[in-house]
Amino acid sequence: MSQNILFLAHVDESGTTLPKVAYEALGTALEAATQLGASLTIGLIGESMQAVAETVSATGARILGVSGPDFAQPRYASDALAVEAICKAVTPDIVIAPGTSRFLRVVPGVAARMKGRVDTHLTALDYVDGVLTAWRWFYRQRLEAVMQREARPWFLVMDSGCHQAGTATTTTAATATTEVELIAVDLPAAAQRTTVAGVRVPKADAQTIRPDARLLFVAGAGWSKKQADGKTHLPEAEALILEFLRNSGASLGGSKSLVDQTGENQAVLGFMTHLNQVGQTGSTPRHPKGLSTCCHGEEPHVVGWRFINERRAVNLDPNCGWARGKADVLYVADAFQVVAKLNLLLAEKARSHKTESVSVTG
Amino acid sequence: MSYHIVVCAGIVPDPLQTLEPVNTAAGPALKNEMMLPAVLDPWASHALYEAAHLAAHAAGSKVWLVSAAPKAKLQQVMMNVAQKASFELIPVDAPANGFADAHAVAGMLADAIQSIPGLDRSRLLLFGGWESASRGAGVTMQLVGEQLAIVDQFQGVDQLTVQPDGSFEILERIEGGRHLISICQGPPAVLGWATGNLPEPKNNPQVGMVNMRSVMPALQKAKAGTLPQGAVRYLSVTPPRQQRQTQIVKDRPADEIAAELLEWILQE
Repeated sequence: MSQNILFLAHVDESGTTLPKVAYEALGTALEAATQLGASLTIGLIGESMQAVAETVSATGARILGVSGPDFAQPRYASDALAVEAICKAVTPDIVIAPGTSRFLRVVPGVAARMKGRVDTHLTALDYVDGVLTAWRWFYRQRLEAVMQREARPWFLVMDSGCHQAGTATTTTAATATTEVELIAVDLPAAAQRTTVAGVRVPKADAQTIRPDARLLFVAGAGWSKKQADGKTHLPEAEALILEFLRNSGASLGGSKSLVDQTGENQAVLGFMTHLNQVGQTGSTPRHPKGLSTCCHGEEPHVVGWRFINERRAVNLDPNCGWARGKADVLYVADAFQVVAKLNLLLAEKARSHKTESVSVTG
Repeated sequence: MSYHIVVCAGIVPDPLQTLEPVNTAAGPALKNEMMLPAVLDPWASHALYEAAHLAAHAAGSKVWLVSAAPKAKLQQVMMNVAQKASFELIPVDAPANGFADAHAVAGMLADAIQSIPGLDRSRLLLFGGWESASRGAGVTMQLVGEQLAIVDQFQGVDQLTVQPDGSFEILERIEGGRHLISICQGPPAVLGWATGNLPEPKNNPQVGMVNMRSVMPALQKAKAGTLPQGAVRYLSVTPPRQQRQTQIVKDRPADEIAAELLEWILQE
């Protein structure tokens, strides 16, 4: 019997498109539909969705939507009702959704309402003898498992960066309007006890987390330790790191030991918070390259580097964890000196780039 | 207003331990799992500290810690955790590890919570970690919340502030290092904590002694929980392919290293 696959997504904050990870999950859903000979339906949530629907119209899939101001903001109660309504309309066997913060929060609850099962942070889907098979990590990226479930509906929430994006067409005046079947969802008072008041964004000069950066720069506890002269150099460390981030456009990560010192009110890097923490008890970001500085590269930290392709480290200890097959290159050197020189080179590069631009345009 | 705060917390192997998967009749497990030193899950620990902090500032509040784990391991972990914050332990003796099905674990936790005598569901705040260091799926809290019919749920919480009118301002982590700010009218609510803002409390032997008076009898009376077999079929569980050929560069001047790094950074 043919299976039903439901691809779920929500409109992003711009209101005109889907989050990047949603197009990647759509790619996964399209491949699953082909491999399993299944029919694909797209379910969308947002304040308005016509513009978004156009971006997925090339799939040829039926599109259902729940729209209205109540569904503009991420709120568990209203999101759950919307996703539930779409699921009830489609009665899917497989539900594929992107791992955004909004869907990671709500999809498990809807799986429970639909008497289904849910797996999140999936990195790949495969088809073993025609049976849908999911890949994910356990124990904070230390063990990788390949798994199947018989229970349906099976909700699969995909991590970002794991699949090519699916069709994303742009709207043109000549394109026929894509039909979206709207489902009416009434919100009871109990679903309106929470209101979204906004988003707190770090101050522009403190915005150090850049998910789309090509480079992850990780600062370890060594930056806050006594240096060769027997003194700590925190203001210098702060200036060096911030200048590097500005010049390179890198995203900043921190080791747990460094981040914890902030919580314990020790004098540390003022811009480093738990949001920057990478590793066993932090995040596992995805960047093409990673540069670690003043960090020993022990296992709890390095598990946060699982999805960093090219890794280099600067550390004074030649026997640190990075030397034991965890980095491609370990520079045994003083990170204060190396980053200072690197900043000079980056600034020089930026200046020469500007001069070239001026001479070309001038 | 006073709160009834229930913290759901699992135990996980100490992060410094090497993990090796083995196959057992009940599915995948960790080699020598019962011998590995364990700790309370890091995110659940933050949830516990936040719960204790909130309870301390709202007279008449009470904290319960509900944990599904092998009770011998749980007892070891409690020797330390009990010194951190005041709580009443509600243990479920179950072989729950990272490979256990989250739906089954959530069912056990929800049953245990519903059996707590005197729990006022209108004042209930269900705390836990937004993820765990074992399964790391971030789904258990939502599943428990659904079973308890709580529809105000928050994940990746870093801050809960009680407003003068009794409502909560809640900060949840979202993409790009930002926080979503929500205002919730009050309990009941589910909060899956990220790291919060509180440091780990120092051990307090007096709190530990008071806690252990109720922890030990609770462990002795812990109900056995069973996990259904075969909910998930694992085809393989393997450690990642390891080992890069690390090139160690020594005795090179800083400017040469910087130049090499610059070239590497700028490569497409």
